Amino acid sequence: MKFLEEFIDKLKPQFEKGGKFEKLYYVFEGFETFLFQLGTTTSGKGVHIRDAIDLKRLMITVVIAMTPALLFGMWNVGHQHFLAVGQEADGWMKFFLGFKLVMPIVIVSYVVGLGIEFIFTSIKKHPIAEGFLVTGMLIPLVVPPTIPLWQVAMATAFAVVIGKEVFGGTGMNILNVALTARAFLYFAYPMEISGDVWTYLGDEAAIDGFSGATPLAIAAATEGTSTVVAELSGAWTADFYSFSNMFFGFIPGSIGETSTFWILIGAFILWITRVGSGKIMFSVFAGAYVMAWIFNLVGANAFMLMPPHYHLVMGGLAFGAVFMATDPVTAAQTEKGKWIYGFLVGLLTVLIRVFNPAYPEGIMLAILLMNVFAPLIDFYIVKANKKRRLQRATV
Amino acid sequence: MIDTVKIKKGFNINLSGKAKRKLVEIDPPETYALKPTDFLGIKRPKVLVQEGDTVKAGTPILYCKTQENIKYVAPVSGEIAEIVRGEKRKLLEVRILADKKTEYESFNKFSVSELSKLDKEEIEQIMCDSGVWPNIIQRPYGVVPNPEDEPRDIFISGFDSSPLAPEFDFLYQGQESFIQAGIDIMNKLIPGQVHFSINSDAELSQVFANLKNISLHKISGPHPAGNVGVQIHHIKPIGKGDLVWTTTPFGLAQIGKLFLEGRFDARKNIALTGPVVKNPQYYKVIQGTNVKKILEGNTVSDNARVISGNALTGERIPKDGYLGFYHNQITVLEEGNQPVLLGWIIPTLNELSSQRALGLLSFLNSKNKEYNLNTNTRGDKRAFVLSGEFEKVLPMDIYPTYLFKAILAEDYDEMEALGIYEVIEEDVALCEFIDVSKHNIQQILRQGLELLQNS
Repeated sequence: MKFLEEFIDKLKPQFEKGGKFEKLYYVFEGFETFLFQLGTTTSGKGVHIRDAIDLKRLMITVVIAMTPALLFGMWNVGHQHFLAVGQEADGWMKFFLGFKLVMPIVIVSYVVGLGIEFIFTSIKKHPIAEGFLVTGMLIPLVVPPTIPLWQVAMATAFAVVIGKEVFGGTGMNILNVALTARAFLYFAYPMEISGDVWTYLGDEAAIDGFSGATPLAIAAATEGTSTVVAELSGAWTADFYSFSNMFFGFIPGSIGETSTFWILIGAFILWITRVGSGKIMFSVFAGAYVMAWIFNLVGANAFMLMPPHYHLVMGGLAFGAVFMATDPVTAAQTEKGKWIYGFLVGLLTVLIRVFNPAYPEGIMLAILLMNVFAPLIDFYIVKANKKRRLQRATV
Repeated sequence: MIDTVKIKKGFNINLSGKAKRKLVEIDPPETYALKPTDFLGIKRPKVLVQEGDTVKAGTPILYCKTQENIKYVAPVSGEIAEIVRGEKRKLLEVRILADKKTEYESFNKFSVSELSKLDKEEIEQIMCDSGVWPNIIQRPYGVVPNPEDEPRDIFISGFDSSPLAPEFDFLYQGQESFIQAGIDIMNKLIPGQVHFSINSDAELSQVFANLKNISLHKISGPHPAGNVGVQIHHIKPIGKGDLVWTTTPFGLAQIGKLFLEGRFDARKNIALTGPVVKNPQYYKVIQGTNVKKILEGNTVSDNARVISGNALTGERIPKDGYLGFYHNQITVLEEGNQPVLLGWIIPTLNELSSQRALGLLSFLNSKNKEYNLNTNTRGDKRAFVLSGEFEKVLPMDIYPTYLFKAILAEDYDEMEALGIYEVIEEDVALCEFIDVSKHNIQQILRQGLELLQNS
């Protein structure tokens, strides 16, 4: 590997001050640090040894935790397609079709996002941060497989510039960047992200009786004396929206969010590596369950009467709880605050779902809203700490 | 029965190269140095000697213009060899070419019974003139205190939990009577109590077993349980307006010796430690010693960093540099100046981490595994991203991230409210070690303390 080192050393002067590509120094550095852990040493005063962790390792762990949901999502895109057009296909065909549809979205998201990061890095002269490694993967997972690629590019650009860079880059943003992209799509191009967009049909016609409605849409539309569970099991083919089908994710939806099972595998990776906050994940589910249970008691309409555990496997709740709400930058920062923050995210999600049929997917808005309120939660928890200290002051 | 303070938060860093319990005496080095940079209180040092002057052990070498009565003295007798200055003529070192046999300045001698009759002013006068006063450190700020202040209490930690820290019962063997005399003196200085903490996880050291006139505390838990700042927080925390003093068993012994024997005795035992050291063991030296002879032929690699102090809070010194005033340990680490291909992602069992992210497998190792860590930063500086990590290694009721951010924002009220008075560098050293974003947290904290001190 010596030749790689020498090659980089040879290139380096061109990017350093006075070199031909001086402006691109931090872009160059970004690539260099991906190849090598640099030989930089600690300063002469302070700690002389450092923990082996760094931000790159942390971020790549999150990406790996998302891979099960991504791979299943690719398969499921194909699976839904062949179901809808009424063709038989084996697993590999389904996966390959999904791969063909999803990879361009992933590539567009990364190319646009990283491109913007490189531009800002060069303008603002700070080293490139690894945050987009995760964001770039999150965005494809929360959009429908039929999304036009130019919209992915627009949303990514909007989210990175307005959601992050204007605040000062990774670590300074207030809103979750990937959810900012999702919200942008939702409000700017509602046609392409609601209605019958969740199943890719291609040039083929759907079979008779096919309905692309998601479980949440069905639940919101349930009226009269019928129950949500009955409507769900009566939808399209029998048992298509059974609890176990929804849990394992054999249903239409955003690419990465349908399978609660594979998301929980990711949650397990995050929890065992201590990279994601188990407190937040747990309390989001708890909050959603408690709110749904309270609605059961009130029972004013069919949606309210839906069994609480159905909420946990429908829509993007699990994905949001595991990969979005746990974003350490935008979540509450104090340990007590994390419990409150997560609980309110879950609670608001169900509240929005049930009370506002126009936005059947509540988790996106719930997390964005709580992102805004997280500093307030922390403020009061830190204030309590200050108060304890003040009480023992002597002057 | 004394209650044990159980500290749960923290993190032990097990490096290889722990000193064996063997005390070695070597040929004394030719030169010694007094470094004003060791003392945080010294803002404007004034040198009292010139090159060529002869001094005895205990002869004043310099003082600070803001605290003229506190003298910093020569550790050995000999001739002033060189006064080293750095940029803007900043005074760095006063080097002394030592005599073969140390001659001492003589100070008043007291018997144990006479000690109890001394009053506060007399004691302070003697301590300031003779050079033992800088053994006392004031909280907040971690500076040499003003003798006219009235502190609330005095705290002493009877053990060190830092990486490769020397064992105090070996370090201070035979010093019992001097330490006791030091404690008696301390009791004279303050209306409050002298608090002494011992490690309840280790066997009770014979050196500290029979100490009297102290309020004894037992502390258990991982590093930083041995830090006096953490102990103060759990015993009797510092609030705004409080002033407490701290010292060390060495400080007590040096003060005790001054009063009982009438001389400034700078001899001390230190530990030579670290993964690169061939024979890690204890040495008999004198404060401010040149370290060259201790290290010669005793290191495995030349690509090494010599640290006066421990690996978390010490200071890099040249291979022929001088031991710091407060240090009782030399650590030698390998310099991590070699790039590692894909070093940020390869799985590793031999790199210590408090985390478990992808490939960081050190949590699978036994707790007693010793690590050979080098000085590589293992990553580059970033904005604060992760939350809740600093809290896990700072066993105090403090929100460190908020405190550090308040310092960076130079928000004086916030710093105070968030508890900056309770900590100095050593208390947040572990935060700096585990920091994913690789900030120089000890340096940030010192900036904050200086802002408040100068305000």
